[in-house]
Amino acid sequence: MKISNQSIIEMYEKMLKIRKFETKAMNLFAEGKIPGFVHLYIGEEAVATGACASLRDDDYITSTHRGHGHIIAKGGDLKYMMAELFGKETGYCKGKGGSMHIADATKGILGANGIVGAGHTIAVGAGLAAQYKGTDQVCVCFFGDASTNQSTFHEGLNLASIWKLPVVFVCENNGYGISVSQARHQAITDISVRAVAYNMPGITVDGNDVFAVYEAVNEAVSRARKGQGPTLVECKTYRWRGHFEGDPTVYRPVEELEQWKKKDPIPRMEKYIIENKVMTEADVTKLNEKMEKMVDDAVDFAVKSNNPSMASAVEDVYTDIIEEARVR
Amino acid sequence: MRKMTYGQGIKEGMRIRMLENPDVFIFGEDVGLFGGCFGVTSGLFDEFGDKRVRDTPISEGAIIGAAVGSAAAGLRPIAELMFIDFLTVGMDQLVNQAAKMGYMFGGKIKLPMVVRLPAGGGVRAAAQHSQSLEAWLTHVPGLKVVYPSNPQDAIGLMLSAIDDDNPVMYIEHKTLYAVPGEVEDEVKPIPFGKANIKKEGTDVTIITYGKQVYDALKAAEILAKDDIDVEVIDLRSLYPLDKQTIFNSIEKTHKVVLVSEEAKRGAYTGELAAMIAEECFFECDAPIKRVGALNTPIPFSAELEDYVLPNAEDIVNAVKSLF
Ligand SMILES: Cc1ncc(C[n+]2csc(CCOP(=O)(O)OP(=O)(O)O)c2C)c(N)n1
Ligand SMILES: [Mg+2]
Repeated sequence: MKISNQSIIEMYEKMLKIRKFETKAMNLFAEGKIPGFVHLYIGEEAVATGACASLRDDDYITSTHRGHGHIIAKGGDLKYMMAELFGKETGYCKGKGGSMHIADATKGILGANGIVGAGHTIAVGAGLAAQYKGTDQVCVCFFGDASTNQSTFHEGLNLASIWKLPVVFVCENNGYGISVSQARHQAITDISVRAVAYNMPGITVDGNDVFAVYEAVNEAVSRARKGQGPTLVECKTYRWRGHFEGDPTVYRPVEELEQWKKKDPIPRMEKYIIENKVMTEADVTKLNEKMEKMVDDAVDFAVKSNNPSMASAVEDVYTDIIEEARVR
Repeated sequence: MRKMTYGQGIKEGMRIRMLENPDVFIFGEDVGLFGGCFGVTSGLFDEFGDKRVRDTPISEGAIIGAAVGSAAAGLRPIAELMFIDFLTVGMDQLVNQAAKMGYMFGGKIKLPMVVRLPAGGGVRAAAQHSQSLEAWLTHVPGLKVVYPSNPQDAIGLMLSAIDDDNPVMYIEHKTLYAVPGEVEDEVKPIPFGKANIKKEGTDVTIITYGKQVYDALKAAEILAKDDIDVEVIDLRSLYPLDKQTIFNSIEKTHKVVLVSEEAKRGAYTGELAAMIAEECFFECDAPIKRVGALNTPIPFSAELEDYVLPNAEDIVNAVKSLF
């Protein structure tokens, strides 16, 4: 695999950015500053980072309820993300979406999604648009292991396959759908085998190895750009936190988490970077500090932003109709 | 009498029938080991085992479909959808299959199934986890729809739901799970189509159900200070509907306000208003008034969500507009 030092540094920076953003979100939730549901990506950073490294700004992604990592990896701005988590008017969705519904049309981010399985078919539609218009854009569809039991997964892969659409299905197999382990929700261990049923390439990689993810998705993306159709890439990984913040995780053994923490994708990459002299230790420290500062600035931006105006509540339901407001 | 929460009441109703009848069983996402996303089934997995309290994959189509099939084949399934919003994913199995099989097959098939549907907003869960979709269900001939507001009704309606040979949609408001209430030592099944007069009054009738029962009672207290004596009716069962209790009340008060948390356009309260206009028009001496959410998806921001959803103040204003 040939990959420039520049790209390696960018990937490392993205992973750090995600980890630090998520750690901050975790703390803010614990302090009661962020309401609603928050699903964190800590431990899974290599998947989104490796997968998005081959994408251009005009490529698309679809995301999930656990979307912060995907959005950051695709170039989302921490300030607008954090403001959205706070429900502020400066947030990506003007405070209407929250953690589960962040989107950025300018970056091809077709939205985090609260409905498990919804992204599979939306990604197919984005791929269809690219093919129809004759561009070489692709769509990367992120989804969890447990979502592959929804009919949309099967319908989406089938349609992408028969129409040879430029879609890369990236499965984040973290071993659980909320409390239900993979062994209890499906009768397979490698989700990539499902590609066989739709006659597309399927591959399983170590989702905590950013290079492995990069390599697999990069190949899938180039195939897709050339009109050679979809690929299913399964990335084995693990979520460190509960399903949502506040989940006591009674359903999994502590040792399992400890084992996976040893495979933390970030120190792994750090080791590579330093051993191969891509960066010095001092550079690494500096980059860590820079990312922390960036997250702090995002929080600052969010805190100082205004709440949405009541008038905005009735806007955006349609492009051309403003719904009736309430007299209160 | 004893005290328990609404969530515990729902569980108690299921547990009573599970102890009596081995054909009653539960399945849904995370209902087993985890005890349900809102903890409603907690403990049942330990008590009844994984044959009768089953975790399913994330497959709402299969969850509702399996309820239909197992009910047709003689069991009495209770299927839980984690949020009513996910009904969309299993809608064919519900609307084209469950609701119609009895009729299409000339009454030859019975479907004694219950679908539990946590609904409503107020928990900052945004547009895809906060909806009130009861009108979709009451619109479909073949489905029964109930919506308890307190622990006692939760038990009584659950018993009737399980005993019923038709598909029963059992809607639960998420913000009520932890709300406590008094419960009789031995709760009897509450027959469907029997509303409950929560507060008697002579000046205006508020008809509602679920969480808005509490808002209506709060509004009634506020209105009492202005010497407006409010009657509050908790429908409990949306279909079948207790028309008689509604008519009796309007004959007394001659004014009616209908309250639900639904987006107002196309809401179930619209059906109620039409029914009252058709069948009880001459008893009304003021317009039939409705209170509901704004016609928008539910926004995430706390301020916006509170603005979009109806509250006691809106009910007070609606009532005052009739005088
Ligand atoms: C249609 C639908 N069903 C159920 C849920 C509730 N839910 C949210 S996330 C989740 C588990 C998803 O597991 P997986 O796809 O493996 O993603 P992970 O959370 O592990 O990243 C469930 C059951 C939902 N949001 N939408
Ligand atoms: Mg998972």
